[in-house]
Amino acid sequence: MDILWAESTALTAREVGRLIADRDLAPTTVMTVLDRLTRKGFLHRTRDGRAWRYQPAETRDAYIAELMLEALDLTGDRSAALTRFAQAVSGPEAEILRKALTELEDE
Amino acid sequence: MITAAALAALATACAVGSWRFTTARWTSRAPRLAIIVWQSLGVAWGLATTGAMLAYAVQPYGTGVLPGLIAFAHGEPPLHAWDALHVLALIAGLTSLAVLVVVLLAAGVQALRARRRHRMLLALISHDDPGVPGVRVLAHPSAAAYCVPGLRSQVVVSEGALKLLSEDELAAVLAHEAAHVRERHDLVLLPFAALRRALPWSKVVSDAQGQVELLIEMAADDRARRYCSPRRLATALLRFGTAGAMPTPHGMLGLHAHNVMARVDRLIKPAPELAVSVRYGYIALSVILLTTAPYLWVIQL
Repeated sequence: MDILWAESTALTAREVGRLIADRDLAPTTVMTVLDRLTRKGFLHRTRDGRAWRYQPAETRDAYIAELMLEALDLTGDRSAALTRFAQAVSGPEAEILRKALTELEDE
Repeated sequence: MITAAALAALATACAVGSWRFTTARWTSRAPRLAIIVWQSLGVAWGLATTGAMLAYAVQPYGTGVLPGLIAFAHGEPPLHAWDALHVLALIAGLTSLAVLVVVLLAAGVQALRARRRHRMLLALISHDDPGVPGVRVLAHPSAAAYCVPGLRSQVVVSEGALKLLSEDELAAVLAHEAAHVRERHDLVLLPFAALRRALPWSKVVSDAQGQVELLIEMAADDRARRYCSPRRLATALLRFGTAGAMPTPHGMLGLHAHNVMARVDRLIKPAPELAVSVRYGYIALSVILLTTAPYLWVIQL
């Protein structure tokens, strides 16, 4: 995934395999992984002659933002999928918390 | 008739009890006990409400709810003829029972799906940090720390959170998350989230869900404080609360600030434990609730 995110154009499985030079992977392994990621919706692929060209469905930042929205419970559905540590507050209430924090730190 | 009336009375008692319990003040002193009371109230209410309708419906059989339903399922003819009211009660009872079961299952499946996708994405974009072994790190400037529950639970923190917290505070936060993982708090929350989806207009249900959410956080705080300084946990909480880097689109802020302060207060100045007699009283209440409802399903008064 990192390699595909780093490249601006769509790559074939062979090109991806060449770019993962530090690990000696069989071309079929690369193809299987790419195929699986496509089926799960993380990659798009287009026909190019006899090969497929793969491209990320979303940017890396978009996925991080999606996780963070869920993590901070901002999706609004309050499902029980995650348990979070604490939620951020804003405005005058944050001021109250900030005061409590300085008091605790001073003691 | 008496069984139906008793079940209806139990259902009403549970509803009124839940409504009163949403404002109970002792809960923060014994969060685990309060969670148990909430769970038994919920189970008893569900069984009693559906049971009351079904008990009335199977009256023509002259047996209890469960034997009556089994007889009905086998197509046995009742002692007395059916009339419109009993048929109506049967339809209503079976429908509400089905709704409760389906909603619970749907919530479970939905949570599992959301988690699976979350985990997949984590595997793709999170990274390890040698400073915090066993924890996935997300490259995002906002502060977040949470766990993705499941058989292989994962604790996740954002880079923003790593920057925000001192080493001790981070350890406290991780101890808190480990407590969630260990006690499977997600399973506690699930039925309440499901019930809220089934009855979205009910203020008592949404209050109950909010209460349980807060109570499991307090329970996790209690476990975490065994391994770290409660003061560090409190300052971590406050730091999180004031690090509002992401804009919040919906109006839940008042509640959150209140909850954070409630947790900080009890970490800094722990209230005395609940008296033993009171504790046992509530445990007895839970046991009675959890046994009465199924008992009334089986026997005929």
